[in-house]
Amino acid sequence: MADSAAEMSGVDAAATDAPLLIVGASMAGLRTAEGARRAGYTGPITFLGAEAHAPYNRPPLSKELLQTEGQGHADVAFPIRSALEEGVTWVLGRSAVSLDTARKVVVDDVGDEHPYSALVIATGLRPKPLPIDDHGLGGIHVLRTLDDAVALREVLRPGANVVILGSGFVGCEIAATAAKNGATVSVVTQSRVPLLRAVGPLLGAELRRRHEEHGVRFFTGESLFGLVGDPSVERVILTSGVMLECDVLVVAVGSDPNTEWLGSSGLDVSDGVLVDGGLRAVGVDGVVRPDVFAVGDVARYPNPLFDDVARRVEHWNLPTETGKRAGQLIAAHYAGDDCETLASAGFAPLPSFWSDQYDAHLLAFGMTYLADRSELVAGSPDDECVVEFYRGDSLVGVCGIGMRSAVQAYRTRFAAPAAAV
Amino acid sequence: MIKIDVDMDKCQHYGQCVFEAPEVFQLNADDKLEYQAEAPDEMLADLEAAADVCPMQAILITKA
Ligand code: SF4
Repeated sequence: MADSAAEMSGVDAAATDAPLLIVGASMAGLRTAEGARRAGYTGPITFLGAEAHAPYNRPPLSKELLQTEGQGHADVAFPIRSALEEGVTWVLGRSAVSLDTARKVVVDDVGDEHPYSALVIATGLRPKPLPIDDHGLGGIHVLRTLDDAVALREVLRPGANVVILGSGFVGCEIAATAAKNGATVSVVTQSRVPLLRAVGPLLGAELRRRHEEHGVRFFTGESLFGLVGDPSVERVILTSGVMLECDVLVVAVGSDPNTEWLGSSGLDVSDGVLVDGGLRAVGVDGVVRPDVFAVGDVARYPNPLFDDVARRVEHWNLPTETGKRAGQLIAAHYAGDDCETLASAGFAPLPSFWSDQYDAHLLAFGMTYLADRSELVAGSPDDECVVEFYRGDSLVGVCGIGMRSAVQAYRTRFAAPAAAV
Repeated sequence: MIKIDVDMDKCQHYGQCVFEAPEVFQLNADDKLEYQAEAPDEMLADLEAAADVCPMQAILITKA
């Protein structure tokens, strides 16, 4: 047994009937399964998902779904392609609690064991909690899941006093949706302008202006000091002492990777799951695990389009890109093909993000937040415009309000290989 | 043949699909999406890729 096990390759592992196990029934997990099928993997696939829902598209959660009574899973569910109609098992409503890479088993929260022949980690992120004690008060919301969005929609009534902590994409989009619905909206942020890291000072200031035009108030350089109310929040006290009426408090101060369950796995999970250019997990010992992959928001990888620093990047197109890439490697792994060469070819997806706030349609490519300066190159911020982002002399990003063709045209300009790979 | 449907109520004209399958999807001079309703079977992978990257998930691909 020991001898034959030592000789076993990935090919033989597939001969046992353990499936390709995808932990996280998310967009990234779905795209990985599709990618593996497309690249020739025909074996069994099991999805283990913490949410009760099959994979769905998250962006509408802060927009259409948040303002449209009656919308639910059917409005945001991804279609399941024919390649995944056969040989796929969905285990939903169960979270993974531990991983044993020696036994090749994931244990879930009711104690069931899920063996695997190859594993995909697609557990994503969860919102950071309120930075101060919530005293168990009601009226405090976050927005990540479909259930979060439905709960928030119930309370974003016209006339409600809504306080949003944080001014990133989620905070800004909720602010716009709530303001359009007739709520009284205040945004409390430590930053000088909204979306500063993602779009820079110029576009950030313009977005603030547009929000203010719709009645949203900004409290910048501020955080929360305390909450008043019982049993639900009624007022919040800011660090400056300002007190705001508050029926609904939305906490949108970023996210943390869901990696606690990997604590004793031996994988490097210091900030998400470290992976190589083939999306294969790297251990704390620096050794690549050929049968463990990580995709989507939870994966941390270098992108040779920019530099050799491994980062987690939360832009919308990356779950798809990482899933497709991992799918190729997974199929090659099962087929016994040379994964080393495939992985060393590197992974260089162009991040892309977009955001709708009132009539401003933002579209961006690259890693704008690596920039040390930005430059308006076309149009005018109060109408439509294009802004370029530079780190030193190299273009690292572009973002436009409107002018989509002009922004799209930049995509090929990021194709040059970076100096250090 | 592959049939392509774009839900124009959902489409926000971001043009992400254009990059994946320019033979089928284009942005016109007004930055609005235009597309062909049919494409040959060989384009399936490109069209699925276009459907994948659509932020509004507005593209429906069916084999006719
Ligand atoms: S990617 Fe989707 S939203 Fe964008 S233009 Fe194409 S169909 Fe429309």
